[in-house]
Amino acid sequence: MPVNSTYYLFLSLLLFSIGIMGTLMRRNAIIIFMCIELMLNAVNLLLVAFSKMYADVDAQLFVFFIMVVAAAEVAVGLAIIVMMYRKVHSVDINILNRLKH
Amino acid sequence: MSIYDILFWVLSVMSVGCALGVILSRNPVNSVMFLILTFFSISGHYILMNAQFLAIVNIIVYAGAIMVLFLFVIMLMNLNADVEPQKGQLVQFAGVISGGVLFLVLLAGIKTASPVAIDKASIDIGLISNLGKVLFKDYVLPFEISSVLFLSAMIGAVVIGKKEDTAPNTEEQ
Repeated sequence: MPVNSTYYLFLSLLLFSIGIMGTLMRRNAIIIFMCIELMLNAVNLLLVAFSKMYADVDAQLFVFFIMVVAAAEVAVGLAIIVMMYRKVHSVDINILNRLKH
Repeated sequence: MSIYDILFWVLSVMSVGCALGVILSRNPVNSVMFLILTFFSISGHYILMNAQFLAIVNIIVYAGAIMVLFLFVIMLMNLNADVEPQKGQLVQFAGVISGGVLFLVLLAGIKTASPVAIDKASIDIGLISNLGKVLFKDYVLPFEISSVLFLSAMIGAVVIGKKEDTAPNTEEQ
């Protein structure tokens, strides 16, 4: 049975669900951040598969812009995590559940 | 079974297994390594789908830049498996159940999608000359705006990460 576009749909869906599970399961803020990157990559894979299905260039350019936004997001997010580590000496998100500290 | 199918299955098993390794390994450094492997296998998928430019950009940007940044931060904080916070069994179980239910719902939504043979489509669409033409003809404005986004992200990261030694509330230490 040859590989068709539905397989890529299932694969990216599985990767996205694994990212959701990791976000819900872990307490380390950096691991949660990495799971968000995993979900972004699952969406990128799906967009490239759609671009192949419909022979369309625009989807691949959207992947390019998603990578741009992800790079900017990682820079700001890691700065926030480093700042939080400097304040409370932990990356446990359960410490952040109250706003005053 | 053609070579395309074999490569697809090998890369799929590798990406899903490494993604599971990201969320299951206790040590954050191992998680980063698994995530780098996941990105490499996704780049392999891009090459299989003739998106060569995106495959290279994925390796350079994600595996090269972003993951090195993650690794720097983890090693800066000296995180390892001993200080890793763990959620309770019930919360982890609930997380797995909710992720699995989401997977099932989306699967039921797309299982009737009509399949399109993916290796028969046009092969020169992902080359950098085609992408560059479209990028600089139709998407010039988003391209320029993304430079402003990068500039603001850079300034924001510097402002957030700056040591506030001149702050008035120094009685915390």
